[in-house]
Amino acid sequence: MSQSDTPVLELRNVTKTYSVKQGLFGKSKPLTAINDVSIKLARGEVLGLVGESGCGKSTLAKILLGLEAPTSGEVLVDGQTLGGQDRLALARRIQPIFQDPYSSLNPRKNIYDIIALPLRVHGIGDEASRQKSVREILDIVGLPARVMNNYPSQMSGGQRQRVAIARALIMKPEIVICDEPTSALDVSVQSQILNLLNELRQEFGLTYLFISHNLAVIEHLATRVAVMYLGRIVEEASVGGLFDAARHPYTDALLKSVLTPEPELGIPDTHLGMSYPNPIAPPEGCHFHPRCPAASDLCKSKRPTPLFDPNGRIECHLHSP
Amino acid sequence: MTLAPSTNNVDPLLQDIVGPTPGQQLRRRFFGHRGLMIGASVVAVLLVIALLAPVVAPHDPYAQDLLARMKPPVFLGGTWEHILGTDHLGRDYLSRLIYGARVSLLIGFVAALISGTIGTAMGVAAGYFGGRTDAVVTFLINVRLAMPVVLVALAVVAILGGSLQVVIGVLGLLLWDRFAVVMRASTLQVRGREYVSAAQAIGASTPRILLSEIMPNILNNLIVVITLEMAHAILLEATLSFLGLGVQPPTPSWGLMVSEGKNMMLFEPWLVLIPGAVLFVLVLAINLMGDGLRDVTAPENRS
Ligand SMILES: Nc1ncnc2c1ncn2[C@@H]1O[C@H](COP(=O)(O)OP(=O)(O)O)[C@@H](O)[C@H]1O
Ligand SMILES: [Mg+2]
Repeated sequence: MSQSDTPVLELRNVTKTYSVKQGLFGKSKPLTAINDVSIKLARGEVLGLVGESGCGKSTLAKILLGLEAPTSGEVLVDGQTLGGQDRLALARRIQPIFQDPYSSLNPRKNIYDIIALPLRVHGIGDEASRQKSVREILDIVGLPARVMNNYPSQMSGGQRQRVAIARALIMKPEIVICDEPTSALDVSVQSQILNLLNELRQEFGLTYLFISHNLAVIEHLATRVAVMYLGRIVEEASVGGLFDAARHPYTDALLKSVLTPEPELGIPDTHLGMSYPNPIAPPEGCHFHPRCPAASDLCKSKRPTPLFDPNGRIECHLHSP
Repeated sequence: MTLAPSTNNVDPLLQDIVGPTPGQQLRRRFFGHRGLMIGASVVAVLLVIALLAPVVAPHDPYAQDLLARMKPPVFLGGTWEHILGTDHLGRDYLSRLIYGARVSLLIGFVAALISGTIGTAMGVAAGYFGGRTDAVVTFLINVRLAMPVVLVALAVVAILGGSLQVVIGVLGLLLWDRFAVVMRASTLQVRGREYVSAAQAIGASTPRILLSEIMPNILNNLIVVITLEMAHAILLEATLSFLGLGVQPPTPSWGLMVSEGKNMMLFEPWLVLIPGAVLFVLVLAINLMGDGLRDVTAPENRS
C-alpha cells in the first residue's frame, strides 16, 4: 500500500463565492460559502464535518462531488485534479447520500428504476443482470426485493433513505459523501440508518465524508472531525482528541450543546447567545469573535492563522504559535 | 464477515407497503372530481361529433338553397328537415355548426401544440440552465407580453390573408408566453430537488436529466396550461373570424357564423345565439377540465 499516503480526496485552498441579489433592484453581493478550505480524506477513514446550518457544509459536499465548481483552489482525486477526470469515472468512485429522502427520490419512478439508474447511465450489464444487482443491493440495505415495484410515496422516511443508500452503493463506489443523512428522519430511525452506514463501511471498505450539524452523530461514526464555521475549518482533530480536549471555543460550545437533552431534535442550541452572523457581511477579524466567550481585542481586528500540529489543526488566537 | 441485514435493522413499517401507487392515486382523484368529469365529458362528446362530422351532419354544410333561407330552428316553429334552421344562404345550420367544431378544435389543438412546444422548450431551458439563457428567455417573454395578441394577429392575417393555416400559425407563434412562464417556474422548483443532484452525481447526461427527471415532474403543470391555451386559441380564432380576418368563408367556423348572423341579429337572434352558445359551452368545458386537472395534480393534494 504505497499509495496509502496519497489522500483519495483532497481540497486545496478551495474558495466558493456565490453572488446573491438582495431585493428586486439590489446590487449583487458576493457570499463566500467556502473560504480557503483545505482538507484531506485518507482511504478508509470517516471524516466528520460538523457545523451549524448555513456554514457551508453542503456547498463543500457539492464541490467534492463535482456538482459545483470552486471559485478558486483545486479538488484532487487520488492526487489528480478533478478537472482532468472523466465525469463518469468520477461518478463511479464518489457517490452522495443526501439529507432529505423525500426530495432525493424521483416521485414518478418506481424503486427499481431509481436504483438501476446508475447502471443504466453507465451501461453496466443487461436488464437481467441489473435486476439481479438491484435485488442484491436491496438485500444489503435491508429492504425486501418486492419494494422494487413500489413508489417513493408509498414508503417511510427510513425506507426511502435505504433506497437512497442502495442507489449510492450499487456501483460500488470508494467514497461516499453523506450530507446529513439522518437529520430529516424520525429519531427512532436515525440510529438504524447510522448502524447500517457503519456496517456498509466495514463491509465494502468505504471512505466517508460524514456531514452533520450534530456532534453526537459524528462521535458515533467518525475517525476524525473537522469543525466548520462560516466557510472555514476552524479545528480539526481525531475524534478522541476533539471530544477529550476541544481547543476552539466554538467546538467547546458545540460539545456542550450535545449534552443538552435530546440533541437530535433540530439544530443544537449552542448557548452562544448571539445568532449566526450574516455570511454576506462576516465579522472583522476572527469570524467567531462576536459570539466567543474568550474574545480579546486581538480577535476583533486580526484573523487568526491556522496552526498545524500533530493533533490536527486549530485556527484561534488562544492557540497561536 | 458477511453482511446479513440484521433483524434489528429492519424498519417496523417494512411489512405493510400497501398504499396506492401515484398512478392509482391520480386515477382515483381524477374520477372523483366533478368539474373535471363534466368538462372532460363535454369536450369528449364534441370531439367525437367533430371527428364523425361527415356521418352525423344531416346535410352538406356548403350546400346552398336560396329557396329555404333563414328557416327558423325546430323550437322556434321550424321543421325537422333543418333542426337548427338555415342561414342567409339557406345552408343547414346544424351541419355548419358540426363542421365548425372541427375548425375550432383543430385550431385549438394545433395552436396549443405549436405554442406548447416553443414555450416548454424555452421555459425548461431557462429554468434548468439559468444564467444567460434565463436572461434571454425572460427578455423574450417580456417582449412577447408587451405585444397585444389580437392586434398583432390582425396585422399578420391582414398581410398574409386569412386561412386556416395562417390563423393556426399566428396563434401558435403568439400564445407560448404562458407555457414559458409556467414551465420556467416549475423547472426552477424541480431543479433544486435532491433527485436531480443525485442524477447529476451519477453522471447522467443533461438530456437524460431533462427528459426523465425534470419533465415527468412538471408534466402536470404543462397539461393544465395546454387546456387553458386551447380555450384561449379557440376564442381568438372566433374573434379573428368575427372581425373577418380569420378563417374565410365559406368555411364553417363558429366565429364566422356569429359574424354572418350579426346583421340579422335583431330579427333572427338565434343566428348569433346558437353558435355563440356552443362556443361558450366548449370554452367553459375546456376551462373546467383545466381547473380540474390543476386540482387533481396539485402538489398540496399529494399525501
Ligand atoms: N446556490 C446558491 N446561491 C447562493 N447562495 C448559496 C447557494 N448555495 C448555498 N448558498 C449559501 O451558502 C451558505 C452555505 O450554505 P450550505 O452549504 O447549504 O450550508 P449548510 O449545508 O452548512 O447548511 C449559506 O449562507 C447559503 O445561503
Ligand atoms: Mg446542508
